[in-house]
Amino acid sequence: MRNPLRNAILALAFLAAPAVHAAGGGLPGEWQKWQPGNEINNIASLQRGAGHFMGYCAGCHSLKYVRYSRLAADLKIPEAQLESTLLPPGAKKGDYVITALAAADGEAWFGKTPPDLSLITRAKGSDHVYRFLKTFYVDDKTVNGTNNLALPGTAMPHVLSALQGAQALKTVKKDGHEHFEGFEQLEPGQLTAAQYDEFVRDTVNFLEYAGEPAKAKRMSLGVWVILFLLMFTAFAYLLKKEYWRDVK
Amino acid sequence: MAASPDTAAKGGFRAWLNKRLPVDEFVQSQLTGYFAPKNFNLWYFFGALSLMVFVIQILSGIFLTMHYKPSELMAFDSVEYIMREVEWGWLIRYMHSTGASFFFIVVYLHMFRALMYGSYRAPRELLWLLGMLLYLALMAEAFMGYVLPWGNMSYWGAQVIVNLFGTIPVIGPGIVEWIRGDYGIADSTLNRFFALHVIAVPFAIAFLILMHLVALRQTGSNNPDGIEIKAKLGADGKPVDGIPFHPYYTVKDLVGVGVFLLFFCGVIFFVPTFGGLFLEKPNFEPANALSTPEHIAPVWYFTAFYAMLRAVPDQQMGALLMLLAIVVLFFLPWLDRSPVKSIRYKGWMSKVALALFVVAFIVLSYLGLQPADGVYVILARIFTAIYFAYFILMPWYTRAEKTKAAPERVTYHA
Repeated sequence: MRNPLRNAILALAFLAAPAVHAAGGGLPGEWQKWQPGNEINNIASLQRGAGHFMGYCAGCHSLKYVRYSRLAADLKIPEAQLESTLLPPGAKKGDYVITALAAADGEAWFGKTPPDLSLITRAKGSDHVYRFLKTFYVDDKTVNGTNNLALPGTAMPHVLSALQGAQALKTVKKDGHEHFEGFEQLEPGQLTAAQYDEFVRDTVNFLEYAGEPAKAKRMSLGVWVILFLLMFTAFAYLLKKEYWRDVK
Repeated sequence: MAASPDTAAKGGFRAWLNKRLPVDEFVQSQLTGYFAPKNFNLWYFFGALSLMVFVIQILSGIFLTMHYKPSELMAFDSVEYIMREVEWGWLIRYMHSTGASFFFIVVYLHMFRALMYGSYRAPRELLWLLGMLLYLALMAEAFMGYVLPWGNMSYWGAQVIVNLFGTIPVIGPGIVEWIRGDYGIADSTLNRFFALHVIAVPFAIAFLILMHLVALRQTGSNNPDGIEIKAKLGADGKPVDGIPFHPYYTVKDLVGVGVFLLFFCGVIFFVPTFGGLFLEKPNFEPANALSTPEHIAPVWYFTAFYAMLRAVPDQQMGALLMLLAIVVLFFLPWLDRSPVKSIRYKGWMSKVALALFVVAFIVLSYLGLQPADGVYVILARIFTAIYFAYFILMPWYTRAEKTKAAPERVTYHA
């Protein structure tokens, strides 16, 4: 480490090249603009998302900072329903949402331990997670038979394929570069395209909640804080005006 | 309103107290009997606001330290614990993280005010130097605070910044190891940064603030006209263009506080990450020595200097340039040779120079957030040159230009 700074900068330059690629998610096209349009105040959507998460994600992924009890309280899920539908066998209400999959098994089976998703929407953005869940496509060249536009080469198989069905990627060549044109439905899933979109939106919404449980409260409280400060400032201004009357 | 100096003679608790502690005397000399120019404008809010942000940081910081764990294994988790399980923890944390950025916003505006109205000129050179020391201390404080959440950007940011010291000839590598307390950024680094961030540097900042205020009381405030109000005394021996700090400026600052809090709370409650500028996305992933963030950049308030560092192909020269960019500010009182202090009465060259300097600082801040390649590097070089030209050419253009005569009395319209 004779030149630590140069080493650091070289490391950056080296890592920046594939990173730029990954940030754009590879194939340019319309899908990069897809927005989830989720509403953090929509309790029904959050409840559905929690159900989706426990049904489809929690098998491999944890939310290690989220407690079942807090989740139930925030999402207005009655205790009986929490125990009957969300709580895995043996888990207590105060437990954190931890997957039953051992990290070593995850690594052995997928080549990578499935990441904790508590902060995934904060680290990558809700839009990224939304695009990730919508852009799985059939790809024979990968180990598990599917690939993803938002995270090319992902180790995660298309867990939601039963719902979405199987889709193939259609590309078009523009100015010598491959562009995204659309997906072709190969096999139908249990859900229609619109229903699947709703399913993903609810799941992303729930993950956004999990990323910052105080978010909805923060926004609604903020309105009152701003109203108070407007009043405070108005009175402060009148007070100032009164005092400054005699400054000539 | 004003405490009469003869209260001590009246008896009662107040007299008892004042015999032992000069409360009334202090209030009289520092607030009700301290005269400030009556023509302060918008730019004069930011000194008081800097002090308020300092208090906000200290108070929110105290509550954060009650729950934060300065260890490699627990730091990241403890911050999330604060965000989720500590009562109002999210608010305390956002106050502190937003406060860091707002500290720099108000300090930069405060410094710009000094540049505009020549507040660094004699007899206020020492006031300026104390302010510069405060700025340095604030930079150290902000940097070490940024490392504490132990996110991935904390880790890699610390790696890059601490390695800057490695460019010092001969002793560099030894110093880097000494700062880190390890061969890499590690638990020992985090632990000592915590100690420095919560005790050593805040103490230094508090002391410097006190000195800054004492020096200000000694010379009195400058004002937008850049003339001395003490030069025109009334029959009562008080400056004719001065008004008592309390109540006039205390009530006026109250309005400033209200407007400031509107912005501050607007960010805290609605956009606490400020689009990744105040809290960066990679910092929501724990520190990972094996995974570099896509693009390392310091927080926005350091990016102008970071752009200068990267504008130079040689890293030693880059680090030196970055250091010079700050050191040159210390010489400002002796670089300005204009017969007038305020930009209002300086010539067009000073006005253009200041405008270009501000543009350069903003553009460099933007460039520091972008990848260091192609046109960005060329732009960074151009604007670095403009940044330094402001200082290097100052002795020339402040004398060469034609200035207007400063007025006898301050400009004030009730």
